[in-house]
Amino acid sequence: MVLLTLIAAITVGIIRLKNLFAVVVLFSAYSFLMASVMLVLDAVDVALTEAAVGAGISTVLLLGALYLTKSEEAPARFSSLVPLLVAGGTAVILVWGTWGLPDFGSATSPVNTGVGSEYIARSYEETHIPNVVTAVLASYRGFDTLGEVTVVFTAAIGVMMLLNRGRGKGETQGEADGVGGGENGEG
Amino acid sequence: MELISAIVEHYNYWAVIFLMVGGLYIVVAKSNMIKTLIGMALFQTSVYLLYLSPGKVLGGTPPILDKAIKTYSNPLPHVLILTAIVVGVATLAMGLALIVRINEAYGSIEEDEVIDLVDREDAAE
Amino acid sequence: MRLDVILRIAAKLMIPFIMLFAIYVQFHGHYSPGGGFQAGVIIAAAVILYAIVFGISAALRVMPRAAVEFMVPLGVGIYAGTGIVSMLLGRPFLDYDPLLADPVAGQYWGVFIVEVGVLVTVAGAMLAIFYAFALRGRP
Repeated sequence: MVLLTLIAAITVGIIRLKNLFAVVVLFSAYSFLMASVMLVLDAVDVALTEAAVGAGISTVLLLGALYLTKSEEAPARFSSLVPLLVAGGTAVILVWGTWGLPDFGSATSPVNTGVGSEYIARSYEETHIPNVVTAVLASYRGFDTLGEVTVVFTAAIGVMMLLNRGRGKGETQGEADGVGGGENGEG
Repeated sequence: MELISAIVEHYNYWAVIFLMVGGLYIVVAKSNMIKTLIGMALFQTSVYLLYLSPGKVLGGTPPILDKAIKTYSNPLPHVLILTAIVVGVATLAMGLALIVRINEAYGSIEEDEVIDLVDREDAAE
Repeated sequence: MRLDVILRIAAKLMIPFIMLFAIYVQFHGHYSPGGGFQAGVIIAAAVILYAIVFGISAALRVMPRAAVEFMVPLGVGIYAGTGIVSMLLGRPFLDYDPLLADPVAGQYWGVFIVEVGVLVTVAGAMLAIFYAFALRGRP
């Protein structure tokens, strides 16, 4: 509960600050707190990933992008009343919706009696892997993970296409990089 | 007493909603594109929390099987969110790359300034 | 005399252990939290730390750009190739049972191979994206 309150406080900071550098650093702290919350929620694999990805890699990428662009936000041109109303209205509807959600930590809620408990019961006999998350990730839901790896692959290709070419004059630079990768692939 | 238990049982969800709405507010209100991307990341992490919260079982342990333990938390949300995090950072990188290229082309990372420049170019043609 | 001696020595001390931890996370992923995604990201983070402290050209000597870009499709190939092997053995795509004589052992090692594929793609993709951003500011 304390962690969640801290996260909420950081969110307010992210919304209000104008200096993007500070926002990125706050976002890194936010990710680290989020990893702690996930640890409390028993999602150890997810916490490990969030700590490495959210607090590590995405902070580096955001800082790299800030270095290439600007680190100060321009003052707002429009009043923020309408977005505030939209966000507040959404919040009210969503809070109304939470009364239909299962109680926190209940073992008999529909979420926890479905296929999840089936995985826990069967995965050790079928794969001999004690970590159920690994077994489900790579075996029972192998298709999902293949698609997901393909998404990462596609994103990497996209970023390379966008950024590996020179600024106007260096068309040949990008071409040379592509050819270099191809040759390595064959060798 | 009932009020306190209602608050405790729903605190996770309310935190999720606060983060979600904060992300939504940034996306709608701010015109700086890097800030908008951070808002979308906030929205995304709130969804991770929304998935993980119902999967927790009180008194349960992480889903790593052992003979001594009887209660485990639900592993299915963990799997889904694990893949979602890595996809999230990949799409974030993609968006940042687009912003870097926009900044090179128009010299600005403010959405409305870029739109103004594009309109002016269209009018000149 | 460079002024960042402490940073450089600390990084030099830490990077081998970060790599070791990544390998542990990868190969112990069947028994403890971890797997291909986490290990890939940790490896990428170690190389990024090296690049930040010792300069991008030093990192490019350790992990050349072409090698990193080759890793991205290689991992997807390992993953999909495992599925195709099980198809050739007469079972559905990505069914690991026929990979070994014992179906349970087949599952165990099938998961292992697939996780290696995930590791290669994720580490390669993260490093490729980092290099793309880091080398963009240079002429």
